[in-house]
Amino acid sequence: MRYELIVIGGGPAGLAAAISTHKNGLKRIAVIERDREAGGILNQCIHNGFGLHRFKEELSGPEYAGRFIDMLRDTEIELLTDTMVLSITPGKKVVCVSPAKGYNVYEADSIILAMGCRERTRGAIGIPGDRPSGVFTAGTAQRYLNLEGYMCGQRAVILGSGDIGLIMARRLTLEGAKVLACVEVMPYSGGLSRNIAQCLNDFGIPLYLSHTVTDVRAQNGRLCGVTVCAVDEKRHPIKGTEMDFECDTLLLSVGLIPENELTREAGIEIDPRTNGARVYENMETSLPGVFACGNVCHVHDLVDYVSDESERAGKAAAEYVKHGEASGAALEIKAGSGVTYTVPQHIRPGNVEKSADVFFRVNRIMQKSAIVLCSGGAELARFRREHMAPGEMEHIMLPAALLKNAQGEITVSTEEAQA
Amino acid sequence: MYDVAIIGCGIIGAAAAHALSMYSVKTVVLEKENDIALGATRANSAIIHAGFDPEPGTLMARLNVRGCELAPKICAELDVPYKNVGSLVLAFSEEDDKTIRKLYERGVKNGVPGLEIISKARVLEMEKYVSPEVTGALYAPSAGIVNPWEYALALAEVAVTNGAEIRLGSEVKQISRSGDGYIITTASGTVSAKYVINASGVNSDTLHNMVATPAFTVKPTRGDYYLMDKAECFRAKHTLFQCPSNAGKGVLISPTVHGNLLIGPNAVSCADRERVNTTADGLDFVRNAAAKTIPDINYRNSIRNFAGMRANTDKDDFIIGFAAPHFLDLAGIKSPGLTAAPAIAEEALKLLAGDGLLLEANPAAVHTRRKLRFKELTDEEKIKAISENPLYGRVICRCETITEGEIVDAIRSPIPPVSVDGIKRRAGTGMGRCQGGFCGPRVLDILARETGLSPLDILKDKNGSYVLCGETKTGGAKG
Amino acid sequence: MKELICIVCPRGCHLKVDEENGYAVTGNSCPRGEQYGRNEIKDPRRVLTSTVKINGAAYRRCPVRTSAAIKKGDLFNAMKELNGVTLTSPVKRGDVVISNILSSGADLIVTKDM
Repeated sequence: MRYELIVIGGGPAGLAAAISTHKNGLKRIAVIERDREAGGILNQCIHNGFGLHRFKEELSGPEYAGRFIDMLRDTEIELLTDTMVLSITPGKKVVCVSPAKGYNVYEADSIILAMGCRERTRGAIGIPGDRPSGVFTAGTAQRYLNLEGYMCGQRAVILGSGDIGLIMARRLTLEGAKVLACVEVMPYSGGLSRNIAQCLNDFGIPLYLSHTVTDVRAQNGRLCGVTVCAVDEKRHPIKGTEMDFECDTLLLSVGLIPENELTREAGIEIDPRTNGARVYENMETSLPGVFACGNVCHVHDLVDYVSDESERAGKAAAEYVKHGEASGAALEIKAGSGVTYTVPQHIRPGNVEKSADVFFRVNRIMQKSAIVLCSGGAELARFRREHMAPGEMEHIMLPAALLKNAQGEITVSTEEAQA
Repeated sequence: MYDVAIIGCGIIGAAAAHALSMYSVKTVVLEKENDIALGATRANSAIIHAGFDPEPGTLMARLNVRGCELAPKICAELDVPYKNVGSLVLAFSEEDDKTIRKLYERGVKNGVPGLEIISKARVLEMEKYVSPEVTGALYAPSAGIVNPWEYALALAEVAVTNGAEIRLGSEVKQISRSGDGYIITTASGTVSAKYVINASGVNSDTLHNMVATPAFTVKPTRGDYYLMDKAECFRAKHTLFQCPSNAGKGVLISPTVHGNLLIGPNAVSCADRERVNTTADGLDFVRNAAAKTIPDINYRNSIRNFAGMRANTDKDDFIIGFAAPHFLDLAGIKSPGLTAAPAIAEEALKLLAGDGLLLEANPAAVHTRRKLRFKELTDEEKIKAISENPLYGRVICRCETITEGEIVDAIRSPIPPVSVDGIKRRAGTGMGRCQGGFCGPRVLDILARETGLSPLDILKDKNGSYVLCGETKTGGAKG
Repeated sequence: MKELICIVCPRGCHLKVDEENGYAVTGNSCPRGEQYGRNEIKDPRRVLTSTVKINGAAYRRCPVRTSAAIKKGDLFNAMKELNGVTLTSPVKRGDVVISNILSSGADLIVTKDM
């Protein structure tokens, strides 16, 4: 079997990418989804707030996904569900298995990687103590509550103030559980302010900034309590600040990691800062004809931006299949002061029609600041920002004309106004 | 009336049951937990030691070397992941150079094959991430690594297939003499047996004291470990020890049979024999100590911390012998107990036979065990496996590529698991970098479906470790 | 004087609302913030998102939400209303589960085809 495009992952990124490629003229397209239905993690994100940019409406996750699934259904794109991709080869063969169709190797002219991300776990952050039941990542708890209809506990502490953790604080509370505290190791929240307001403040749940969980205790195999401590500037617990919480549940919302096992095995270059593939302006990876978009490339804040990015990847895949490889020298885009990463990591000015989108995140909260672009010692451009925060993705557009003035590389950095 | 009752189903109880099952001996294994191998067997360094550590002439020396020799053959028969990676004891000072020389001589006396003192240059050639401070090493090519709980499971499963009985949830409360044998009162009922084997790990002194005067005391020692993502496994190809001290063999860095990297343990004596919590101090100690061996480990790639309890005692050697007539202690089996296990079982059978237990070959005994590991199959085998059972085509654990078919196989195995972790130990689900975040709910669902239990009754691990506590939308909302 | 964080956009302005002085809002950066601040004190409202039981579908719960924001004080009462509902597959996105829930003027609607 040969396809013009195989999309790996039928979540928001994969759906938008496939539909966009189809709009741009490709017909033989397959979307491979490991779950039994498309939609990805949006299926369990039943809260609202999706689609404000794209549809000018506040949709729930399943509604946002549903609109794309409907669009896909109106095309001849094949959706292969309950199918797991085992590997992709540098020659763009996709090896997958499913109960219905067995073991198959599909050939593709182009591939879009859209596998999404996974949650950081207790092991990754090294919380000491017992290892009982009752410690869940926020997403796992979300699945139990929202899809399966089971409560994961009655008294919960949430570690990490990422948006999923905040959303779960509200969900658990509405379902009758008591959420005792949300604990964040950084001096600022990792989630959106609106979620602090409507998920914590609405229900009187305290947020402890610059605090962390330092001990986990079990009774008869189930969590029975945690110790929370204040931390110093180096995030080390401060002795004497211990607070004990009696709880049967600890939810972890401590970060997301792009899922790039397939990408790595295919020999595609990974950026250690994003944990995603290094991409060009059109989301193409180091392997020509293979593109990456959505959370597998870098973790986004809003699904609306995932859809936008994926549509660009889809369009680029169509270009690749119809017209062959993009060419031309590339400019490196470097993360400078105050910037943790950039996507894309390099831009081929010859492949930019009007402008190139650059996304990045900052490493601290900044008020009244500027984003400064430099190349070869000279300032290329400067963008003002009233407010930037690590929890929010920043976006700038680099006009083609500006790229022509750049030499070798462009550094994106921030300048904070002196208070 | 059983011929033999084995108390405890860790690696030692399992090895004894396996050895006995090759003979027509009616055996019962009494295990207090809801699954086997939940003590020291599931949380240790997973090393098959070469045998240069123990003092020559001790049981530990003899049984270690013999166990190391037996391991590859048994693991091949039982389809247990084992790798003969070899070990290095690294020296970092003149003092250490003397120690490895001493270990070399000990090892030679103990009959360890192929030992070699190697130069700094050779160490760095074999292990390029080892600290340049290294001055040399003792190389033991016979050392290996194993999956310890699968080792125990495989031994116990074959024993069950050959007719042994395993009673879970059967903590021994009392043992009394009755004629030539014993009546054992357990949490699940009473058992009588002509012979008793005490293989109860950290509780072996308590069991011993039920039938004999106290002769030894278990002094449990806890140790913390880091388990690292496969992305870190390139850092060590052999098991890397530092020079041993009185506290034990020290912090090691070793590849695991699953392709991860294991770092630990420290050694803390503790009063509580059951609690295996990790501590911030313990983990700090492990990181600092490991840095001496390999300075640049990336702990961002940690996927799990755990702690294990070693059944150290106030005696220097294993305690193997009759505590009372027909009551055999296999007690105080500390490191290298995992390695020595099959040799300890051989020893136990010899002692029981000498004490009158009749060992006639079991004509129906099977010696081998096979397990389908989907990800290790060739393309043709994968095609065939899915055509025979479509569930092999549904990947449930994405990190480790474990299929629903393998989970169902585990649920139907000779010692059926009752918990999500029980499936993890048998099928390997949740062993990877997401630690069951994605597959946990699906494994729970499959376990409930296959056993007919409600998801609310499914456990994570031991009794009491429920995962879910009720349903939503049953009126639980409070204002 | 009441203090609150504006939830209109990601910026999260810290608002002060003076309820004794005609609900005058300060600390906002835009007119939408002023409106939010006033409403939040006079008549705070939230969209409720939750699930209801469903039979015959791939999962045991079906996601639902209110079609418009309802009184914040009614959230828990609305949750109680949801406990009594059991849907049967198939349902479509937008299907009304409870019309005019708690006389709020808003309907409870299905948000996923199941």
